[in-house]
Amino acid sequence: MADHHGPAQGISRWLFTTNHKDIGTMYLWFSFAMFLLGGFFAMVIRAELFQPGMQLVEPGFFNQMTTLHGLVMVFGAIMPSFVGLANWLIPMMIGAPDMALPRMNNWSFWILPPAFLMLASTLFMEGGAPAFGWTFYAPLSTTYAAPSVTFFIFAIHILGVSSIMGSINIIATVMNMRAPGMTYMKMPMFVWTWLITAFLLVAVMPVLAGAVTMMLMDIHFGTSFFSAAGGGDPVLFQHIFWFFGHPEVYIIILPAFGVVSQIIPAFSRKPLFGYASMVYATASIAFLSFIVWAHHMYTVGMPIAGELFFMYATMLIAVPTGVKVFNWISTMWRGALSFETPMLFCIGFLILFTLGGFTGLMLSIAPADFQYHDTYFVVAHFHYVMVAGAVFSMTAAVYYWLPKWCGRMYNEAMGKTHFWVSFIGFNITFFPQHFVGLAGMPRRIPDYALQFADFNMMSSIGAFIYGASQLLFLYNVVATIVAGKPVSEEKVWDGAEGLEWTVATPAPYHTFEEPPLVPKPAGTI
Amino acid sequence: MGKRVSGAAVAFFAPLAAAENQLNMSPGVTEIGADIFQLHMLIMWICVAIGVAVFAVMFYSIYAHRKSKGHQAAQFHESTRVEVAWTVVPFLILIAMAVPATSTLLEVYDNDEAELDILITGYQWKWKYEYLDESGEPVAFFSNLATSQEEIYNTEHKGDNYLLEVDEPLVIPTNTKVRFLVTANDVIHSWWVPEIAVKRDAIPGFINEAWTRVPEEGIYRGQCTELCGAYHGFMPVEVHAVSPEDFDAWLLAKRGAAAAQTQLAMQTLSVDELMDRGKAVYDSACLACHGAQGEGGIGNAIAGSTVVLGDLSSHMAVVAGGVSGTAMQAFGGQLNDVELAAVLTYQRNAFGNNTGDVVQPGDVAGMKNG
Amino acid sequence: MGSLRLSRVPAVDTALKLSAVAAAMFAFVFVVMVPLYNVLCDALGINGKTVNQAYTSVPALIDESREITVQFVAVNNDGMPWGFAPDTRVMRVHPGAANGVVFKALNPTDNSMVAQAIPSVSPSRAAAYFHKTECFCFEEQVLAGQSAADMPLQFIVDQDLPRDIHTITLSYTLFDVTDTATDRLASR
Repeated sequence: MADHHGPAQGISRWLFTTNHKDIGTMYLWFSFAMFLLGGFFAMVIRAELFQPGMQLVEPGFFNQMTTLHGLVMVFGAIMPSFVGLANWLIPMMIGAPDMALPRMNNWSFWILPPAFLMLASTLFMEGGAPAFGWTFYAPLSTTYAAPSVTFFIFAIHILGVSSIMGSINIIATVMNMRAPGMTYMKMPMFVWTWLITAFLLVAVMPVLAGAVTMMLMDIHFGTSFFSAAGGGDPVLFQHIFWFFGHPEVYIIILPAFGVVSQIIPAFSRKPLFGYASMVYATASIAFLSFIVWAHHMYTVGMPIAGELFFMYATMLIAVPTGVKVFNWISTMWRGALSFETPMLFCIGFLILFTLGGFTGLMLSIAPADFQYHDTYFVVAHFHYVMVAGAVFSMTAAVYYWLPKWCGRMYNEAMGKTHFWVSFIGFNITFFPQHFVGLAGMPRRIPDYALQFADFNMMSSIGAFIYGASQLLFLYNVVATIVAGKPVSEEKVWDGAEGLEWTVATPAPYHTFEEPPLVPKPAGTI
Repeated sequence: MGKRVSGAAVAFFAPLAAAENQLNMSPGVTEIGADIFQLHMLIMWICVAIGVAVFAVMFYSIYAHRKSKGHQAAQFHESTRVEVAWTVVPFLILIAMAVPATSTLLEVYDNDEAELDILITGYQWKWKYEYLDESGEPVAFFSNLATSQEEIYNTEHKGDNYLLEVDEPLVIPTNTKVRFLVTANDVIHSWWVPEIAVKRDAIPGFINEAWTRVPEEGIYRGQCTELCGAYHGFMPVEVHAVSPEDFDAWLLAKRGAAAAQTQLAMQTLSVDELMDRGKAVYDSACLACHGAQGEGGIGNAIAGSTVVLGDLSSHMAVVAGGVSGTAMQAFGGQLNDVELAAVLTYQRNAFGNNTGDVVQPGDVAGMKNG
Repeated sequence: MGSLRLSRVPAVDTALKLSAVAAAMFAFVFVVMVPLYNVLCDALGINGKTVNQAYTSVPALIDESREITVQFVAVNNDGMPWGFAPDTRVMRVHPGAANGVVFKALNPTDNSMVAQAIPSVSPSRAAAYFHKTECFCFEEQVLAGQSAADMPLQFIVDQDLPRDIHTITLSYTLFDVTDTATDRLASR
């Protein structure tokens, strides 16, 4: 992307680089490629669901699509995109010359593409790709799985190792590489949310590795962790999976919170409201995420005491999440607001993430969940949180920092068009899914009863619109890098605060080789 | 909020409307269903109220505090008092939500003292219903999707209950506490009927329970809600609630039919009868995997199959015992002797497999007992 | 992380400690979560699991004041061709009294097979109060081809069974474990 003195030439620059900006760039491009791949799977799903009746694909292949869509989006698109952002920004935000462990940084990126290549190659294997959903419940994913499940397990192991290495690097960087005067409570919110996220990752990615290792042993080595016949229990799988899976949800959303907490103050020209309470709220959300996992399992027949405990704990999450939303709105309150593309995506985030939070609260109510569970209501809920939450904030981040990265300004009109088309497309896709879910349409079905037909058609049309809008995004980013209007001010945005805006634009290959003097950053007490 | 948006959407797509578009959860017909519905509406309206308040503040700010209007940014960035307030107030609202949620949950868990117990077993991809009874053999049957492949593959008009209809529905008496014991034969399934507000996971090896008391006669439809393999979308639930008198008569007739089958199993059937019965069994039990023309799919082709054209006893062994490690189930426990004989005869003579073999129920019984 | 230093380079020190945390979390799944889940299952009756060992009965009074209905359910898992059913489907028992029931099994195939029965009690709350003094489910059951067997179960319902429970359902799911049993024999 950048073309300054320092980097090696040709392919070896990318293969052997230990530069946090190069690695960040590679993570971002890789995750965008995965976003397009996962998006393509989503388009197949929506095309099949365009009308009732089997149209394009067979039911078994449909399940492979839903499974790969989930896995690729969660592990290939969203998580690596935020790791890429962390790589680019954390050293620049805390005044460090690079990540703490640059060579490990290189490895943690370069083991990712082979893992996903292997996962995608299962599509061409005998018996097809994994078809048991991204939650891969046993025994559908063990005794009843296609042989490709072994490759799926191996891919999960590799990407788990990648995530753990990436997180260790982030924690080591934040703990050891801060510029003098950059105390913890002066760190930008993005760094804080990533620090907490990284701790979550170190704690739960090994749990996922444990779960798939048990699957591997059940399939190939005759153990029975998840088979009742040998004294195991398929429900144990769900407990282990969600013990990983719920913190995973926050792993995805916390960095998004961080991004929004950087961008809203910049375009409100006003410091972040309630910095300290934001930090505590993030930490409480992370803590609560460890004790709510079984709310994904209300219908498995837990004892009532368990059901009540998980319901109350889950409802509690609404409190710190609410604090965050209130803080963002208070940041806007009486600011001097302007609405460039990054800000539009953040406002879109605020509205849609809050809607996703409301449906999350509804889903936490155990007796009501008996009606919502595993319906399209849940699908709508988590897409409001994952897409309008994580993906919107990631998009905002790209528009916000792209001029700093490449020294060129994106096309604002095209950016705004991208926002409006995505926002409308997204809502046409997912809002009707609340209705079909409440009306009784189960998730993960390739064909549906006739009363769901209209809303599904709407949903599919919305999905095509949303999907197409991402191509506009790709075009805008490439056009900016190649031929965007050059910018040279250090502070590309007049309201932007933080150390990354004190270095030259475009950011030089090496920054902060001498630790900077820490000014009073935004939102400090 | 949701209603207005959807109203516009419905108007926009009105030309496409075939059936009425249901927007909300159904209160259903049971007391618990109504409780859950009220709980759902309560939480939803609280969320709507909070949402309206929060977004009103935000949109006012977006309108009034624009830089383009020349608004100067204030520089405040904290206020302990409001921050404490918006931590405490939501907490109190949550307590208000937890109270009715807890009492409804306690009701859902009150499974005791049912007047009728039904064992529900999930299979890939059908349900088995078994009426537990103190005396004699329990009445048991499988409930398969009744929608035809032609409808699914768009060569025939789709009926009103497309994908929600079965060959043999579950029949329960009204105004009776019915307890469902739910388990599974292979993978995890989930038995759901929205109108009676029962959803329970069916877990192989373990048993779960749920109950209902349906006050109104009617037909209630639902589906499997846990991904259970390729045909997860094709194993609906159909419940017929009938008066206790009709239920007793139905159960008696079922018992009679079972006895008749036992009688039939001792007779010698004509080839035509075997072929007719065999086609019916094939369509409900084999077709999904082996294809309407025996061309294969998930399973091997039946047409020209070496198993089918080969030795009868090994053909019988595959059908009755399944093939472990594949999707081929053991149908020995799912089909009775008459059905087994019929489907064997059918497979050996349909799709160009003109072996001319006729298998009688007695032959099947003989093979079973050596 | 105290004063323990794993490396003189601070960042490497942090990384090593975090790697240890990750390794510990991986081990945690196997050595804590799995056993803990099993303990919780036994204690809370999750999935209606019962203790998989013979109960040593303690002499206790029979509670004649109440009668508990016990239902027996037999389920065959996928691919299990055996005939399998209890000889009595429903019993009325007094808490504290010893009771017996026999499950009949028939192996209709030509080959010897090994089966494992997995018990599950419903409501799950009752699982902890359902004591088996003798059960065919404690061990794998071997049955020669074309043969039948009576498989006995002796049980006691605890006097402390909560008063609001009036019906207990005991289900056995029969799994075909011939393959794994053969593998085990072969490896021995």
